[in-house]
Amino acid sequence: MSMRSVGASPRRVGGHGRVTGQQQYVADIHLPDELHVALVTVDCARARIISVDRSAAERVPGVRLVMTADDLPQPVPRFGPQFRDRPVLAVGETKFHGEPVAAVAAETKDAADEAARLVLVEHEELPPVYTIAGALDPAAPLVQDPALRAGDALAESNVLAEHRYEWGDIEAATSDLVVENIYAFPMVTHFAIEPHAFIAAPGEEGLTIWSSIQHPYWLQRIIAGLVGLPLARVRVIAPDPGGAFGGKQHAKFEPLMAFMALRAGRPVRLVLSLEETFQAARRNSAEIRVRTGLRSDGSITFREIHADYLLGPYADISDRVVGKGSYPGNGPYRVPASRIVARAILSHTTPSTAFRGFGAPQVNWAVESNLDEGAKALGLDGLQIRLRNLARRGEKFLPYDTPADGDWQQTVRRAAELVGWDTELPAGHGRGIALGIKLGPTTGLSHATVRFLADGSVLVFAGTSDMGQGSRTIFAQIASEEMGVPLDRITVVSGDTHVVPYDQQTSAARSSVLMGNAIIEACRSLHGQLRDMAAQAYGLDPQEVRVERGVAHLPDGEVPLVEVLQAGLGTLGGELIGNGMARKEAEPDHPLGGTAAFYELNCTAIEATVDDETGEVVLVRHAIVSDVGRALNPLQVRMQDEGAAIMGLGHTLMEHLIYDESGRIRNLGAIDYRIPTAKDLPLEVLSDVVENADGPGPYGAKGMSEGALLCVAPAVAAAVQQATGVVIRDLPLTPQRIWEALDERRRSPSPEVVS
Amino acid sequence: MPRTLDVELTVNGAPRRLEVHVHHTLLDVLRDQLGLTGTKECCVVGECGACTVIVDDLPVNSCLMLAVEADGHEVRSVEGLARAGELTPLQQAFLDKGAAQCGFCIPGQLMAAQALLEQSPDPTVADVHEALAGNLCRCSGYEQITEAVLAAAEEMRR
Ligand code: FES
Ligand code: FES
Repeated sequence: MSMRSVGASPRRVGGHGRVTGQQQYVADIHLPDELHVALVTVDCARARIISVDRSAAERVPGVRLVMTADDLPQPVPRFGPQFRDRPVLAVGETKFHGEPVAAVAAETKDAADEAARLVLVEHEELPPVYTIAGALDPAAPLVQDPALRAGDALAESNVLAEHRYEWGDIEAATSDLVVENIYAFPMVTHFAIEPHAFIAAPGEEGLTIWSSIQHPYWLQRIIAGLVGLPLARVRVIAPDPGGAFGGKQHAKFEPLMAFMALRAGRPVRLVLSLEETFQAARRNSAEIRVRTGLRSDGSITFREIHADYLLGPYADISDRVVGKGSYPGNGPYRVPASRIVARAILSHTTPSTAFRGFGAPQVNWAVESNLDEGAKALGLDGLQIRLRNLARRGEKFLPYDTPADGDWQQTVRRAAELVGWDTELPAGHGRGIALGIKLGPTTGLSHATVRFLADGSVLVFAGTSDMGQGSRTIFAQIASEEMGVPLDRITVVSGDTHVVPYDQQTSAARSSVLMGNAIIEACRSLHGQLRDMAAQAYGLDPQEVRVERGVAHLPDGEVPLVEVLQAGLGTLGGELIGNGMARKEAEPDHPLGGTAAFYELNCTAIEATVDDETGEVVLVRHAIVSDVGRALNPLQVRMQDEGAAIMGLGHTLMEHLIYDESGRIRNLGAIDYRIPTAKDLPLEVLSDVVENADGPGPYGAKGMSEGALLCVAPAVAAAVQQATGVVIRDLPLTPQRIWEALDERRRSPSPEVVS
Repeated sequence: MPRTLDVELTVNGAPRRLEVHVHHTLLDVLRDQLGLTGTKECCVVGECGACTVIVDDLPVNSCLMLAVEADGHEVRSVEGLARAGELTPLQQAFLDKGAAQCGFCIPGQLMAAQALLEQSPDPTVADVHEALAGNLCRCSGYEQITEAVLAAAEEMRR
């Protein structure tokens, strides 16, 4: 008896709260006796701090604490997921615009804001580094103190790390054509509609932190280490984030809140403004040089990729973004020889971090665009050249890593079909097609507990952050399927490190696979217990009982698990508890520390036209097809894919952060930084999935949710190229950029203009 | 000390008499003074729509309206949609169509859509896009939100 929960699209767990306004995000939570915090910053990126005068601020009625770096343990504690490089408050010198020098806690928000303005920070503005070229200039100031990077050969430069991957013999490759160019990917910001918010409260039992964070357990570890408390005395409560997209993976101002709460002896809360959120996290921008060798039939003979990513002053998780994002830079293709050199470069800009796609969209933009330039020179179309090189199922296309884990040709052909690839194009229209691939998690650890209660209802404890992807719905579906219990009798508990067992992180599209498998294992543990119960209750040998998907099969028929449970628990009642774990071990010899658990693969096909007068791109059709293995919840899959696709249109067409010479974001906030609205949509969005049940997750699922963002840009650019004849290698494809390229072509005799 | 004024307004059908700071917005007062946290705060410059409420019959960015300006007016927020636990057709359609992902923009989307449907019960796709263009959603591709508004319109016309 299958409940058929999996593969259906039941109503979203948490949906009711979301449409009634009852869903509580961090900013909606208030504690008795709380203080409001405001940050004190200086008006440039890089400044030498001479003195901090708090006297005027302390005179504001209601002010209870003005915290400066001097009030912290010395040396000022530093933290970070990869390197301990970020101080709790700026020490000696600010490194980015918006980095707090001090913070004020007061009885009201108004008082905190007023006092923060009255903290006098005497400082000397210093020239910042805010571009890749500026950071690499031998005369550039060092962003990080080399003392922080003891033993690092690159410590005397602004290069934080260099990642090199190499295979085959590039020099020996024979090619009919070599295409080489440089492509740029802009700095963009996550712009989750919920700005970051944090609360910290001291108490008899240690410290409690509320944060809209994706990785509560990682945060717990960071805080415990910083304040010197055992993990069991640091409780992280993580209400569902109001969108995250990677920007809320790692600690930002929680450490500051922890120290302030301990010093004030009262709860403190900080809700960032959208402008402060812009200054807290962004995607790494990149400049990427690609050189591809091709034979006349379109097959790739070799490829060199030099990718420079611009980070902020502290690494956050960005060095990993660079390493993991560039490694599969060649895409899902067979490339016999390659050299990839990717550098993580420090600057005095907003600290960059993970962002949907994790470093892959940047290289993808460059490499897919370069492939199209090659195709054009050889007289092939974008679809032909991709199918010519695309890895077949089981092919070891990426050395040292998992072989191709899907029928990727099927995905490509479906996308081409949706956009009518072989049909005639109206005049002035163009089509483009591109592929994106991203590695799933390389290591992982998820625990889950499933409690089967006396009345046959189920509690699932799973530490995934439900930030919009609908993880709790998926987990309830899995438990429903395995335990034979309807969804309205299942509750999924998450978001509290004191209650829910450890989960490494909510990222890399991993949760359906890793947490999903942990839940299945917990359910299977319950199945074992229920088998013994059934044997005892019905006087059978356990061997005679088989339990699966909600039922116990006995020699003379089937019994629902709920009945077995109630017979077994008897009059005392109680419950059964199942624990499950999914673990993906590290592989120390692998360049990334582990092979990909699965690949997230997407094909995007676009039909577009361009308004000659304005340079505006009109998207006629936007087709996205993802290989998801198995769509556990087809509606949620579609929501994720379409959301990713439209988010991808942001960096493709309009989004980019602009810095001034003082290292300040000039388009700081919603008025000057545009993201797609309901009026920026393609005329038609067509999404589909490929399901061959060939993933490592529950019922053959693979992770998904980032794929449809990966290759939007090259597909759109290829369509623009075909529609207009102009090649653009810098994102975003703003009307101005396109209009200028068109204008230049009108005035120049050459048939193709490159911007 | 910041100055305060007394205002009288109707919030979700109930008359309220409040002393408000003159510089506080309607959004501040709804969230912090009345504890109606369903209305969300994001950009506070009138660009994102997360704070949308209905004042009399018009959708308004409550971050741009001073609380004193609401004196004498009727304000409706997301908490006022469902009556006695019964979802409105619009809320139901948002649930059924999967319009809510993280949900943070949803109260604003709902109020903007509600105002639209009260004015024009049979909107086209373009009408919906136009009416909701000031309500940013970073999670969805807007498609399910639009579908939900159209489905609710149909339901309400029955
Ligand atoms: S918070 Fe009011 S429009 Fe953004
Ligand atoms: S549902 Fe997350 S912003 Fe709209």
